[in-house]
Amino acid sequence: MSRDLIMQAVVSGLLMGLIYALVAVGLSLIFGLMEIVNFAHGEFLMLAMFAAFWLWSLGGLDPLVSLPLVAAMLAAAGALVHLGIIRHLLNAPMLAQVCGTFGLAVALRAGAQFLWTPDFRTITNPWIAGRVHVGPLFIGQPQLVAGAICLLAFVALWLFVTRTETGLGLQATAQDRQAAAVMGIPTERMSALGWAIGLGCVGVAGTMLSTFYYIFPDVGVNFALLAFVAVALGGFGSILGSLVAGVLIGLVESLGGLLIDPSYKTVIVFALYLAVVIARPNGLFGRF
Amino acid sequence: MASDQARMLEFAKSEPAWPRPPLWSMGLGLAVAAFLLAYPFVFTSPFSHHLVILILLYALMAQSWNVVAGLSGQISLGHAIFFGIGAYSSTVLFVKYGITPWIGLVVGIVLSALAAVAIGVPTLRLRGHYFAIATLLIGSSVQIIVQRWDWVGAASGLYIPIDRTSPWLYLQFHTSKIPYYYLALGATVAGYGLVWLLRRSRFGFRLQALRDEPDAAASLGIAIARHKVLAFMISAAMMSVAGTFYAQYVLVLDPERLLSSEISIIVLLMTVLGGSGTLWGPALGAAILIPLSEYSRIWFGGTGRTIDLIIYGVLILAVCMWRPSGILSLFEEGIRRRKGGAT
Repeated sequence: MSRDLIMQAVVSGLLMGLIYALVAVGLSLIFGLMEIVNFAHGEFLMLAMFAAFWLWSLGGLDPLVSLPLVAAMLAAAGALVHLGIIRHLLNAPMLAQVCGTFGLAVALRAGAQFLWTPDFRTITNPWIAGRVHVGPLFIGQPQLVAGAICLLAFVALWLFVTRTETGLGLQATAQDRQAAAVMGIPTERMSALGWAIGLGCVGVAGTMLSTFYYIFPDVGVNFALLAFVAVALGGFGSILGSLVAGVLIGLVESLGGLLIDPSYKTVIVFALYLAVVIARPNGLFGRF
Repeated sequence: MASDQARMLEFAKSEPAWPRPPLWSMGLGLAVAAFLLAYPFVFTSPFSHHLVILILLYALMAQSWNVVAGLSGQISLGHAIFFGIGAYSSTVLFVKYGITPWIGLVVGIVLSALAAVAIGVPTLRLRGHYFAIATLLIGSSVQIIVQRWDWVGAASGLYIPIDRTSPWLYLQFHTSKIPYYYLALGATVAGYGLVWLLRRSRFGFRLQALRDEPDAAASLGIAIARHKVLAFMISAAMMSVAGTFYAQYVLVLDPERLLSSEISIIVLLMTVLGGSGTLWGPALGAAILIPLSEYSRIWFGGTGRTIDLIIYGVLILAVCMWRPSGILSLFEEGIRRRKGGAT
């Protein structure tokens, strides 16, 4: 096993990991705010990819142009999902919460398959294509740009949550809903905002993913599973935890695939989840 | 406060452990039993047999899921594993060694109970979402591994060779679906009978106690972990029985379908739709969802497969939002209200 090959796996794992992290942080944010696991998270990623695809194929917009549009659409969808569905599930037993978001996932996935068939689609000739050579390494340009934009989105999110008043309100709501309400923070609006931001992140990740990944109705399933792992590793509710865990998962997946067997790469990541939740039920970093 | 407690204790003691069911419910039960026994001779088309065979098997699977979720309060999203173990045990033994599926059925039960211990001991102590996600991930891992395991046919699965010599020995009936119907009916009735007994047993009451108030139950000396693992084993064994019968019914072993998370999700949807934690909720859920998916496949042709899932998803979302205790509770409420009006 040459060193170059391993370096190559590290770089591609790192770039993929940044996308996993951005998907995971939305899940983590939503859970931190209201203790609800969004089992439809992967389906929203799928919708974002299809949105980017249709804007490209019907509207002629390159994913880089449609990026803010898709992110805004997903953010709006997030606020709507919160107001229309999640709000009514907050006081229900956990089983109803799990089944509610699962029902949403099943309906969205089946709806996408009904409307757009299970075919695999790709965006051909995006503005950014090809690859760059860095020494002995080949790096796909779409992956590189996707990783960079996801990292930027992460930084923006982190600055928003830690440096703005609204962001602090969000954190306060996550820490203690009642106390936050007493302090005059509109917790209900914070929850809707959390959903908007969470799915907005998915919108960014999905658009960037669509530049180099197949687009099909079941595409979100595996990403959602990996996001669950990332959130559990990083700790439900922790933003930086999601980043570290997402990148870690990308690395484990690509190195595990290289060193053990590519067809078992996700199984290796799942085993990592089991090992971590059994040893440290609150994740590697705890909550924010 | 003290008198309140005394009164509650008095009330609890006055409740009989084996309440005599009201007359109407005995009548309804007898009518349903008679209907189910006579059904294959009243409705004679193979499709009408097929439909109820599926409802019965899914009712058994949903009830199996209900033992874990409804009684012990843990949401498993990986129950397809046990369904798969049942299907693979009987099929592999028959295909490789010519052993009758009846022995395969028992092997499947034992193997899935063992798998339930292996999965349950480390994961059942995880709370809420962590357990649900753990079972979801274990379920997909098992599917990935089996799809690459050549000895059991890897991704293409196994075909059960047709054997016409001894239908009852090899559990293959090629001229009529009626034997399958009665086998499915027998398995489902046995499963529901088991759960009925379980719910009235000391063990069942303890399970419900630790579901509702885990801390209180633990402080009363109920060994939470052991009870949950045992419930998980019972549930796995029931699922495995359904798996063996299903494999013998379709005679094809396809890991893509048998082990897919879709099976785990559908048993959850059925149970929650009907009413989780109740005895008849899972059967009601299966009786609603299976005809929905079979008829939508007929009416809408090839794309019907997704139409039924769209309806499933929306239906379950609506139930979770407005009636988290399930459809069955609508009837119960109606009965209670009528009773209240009469007295």
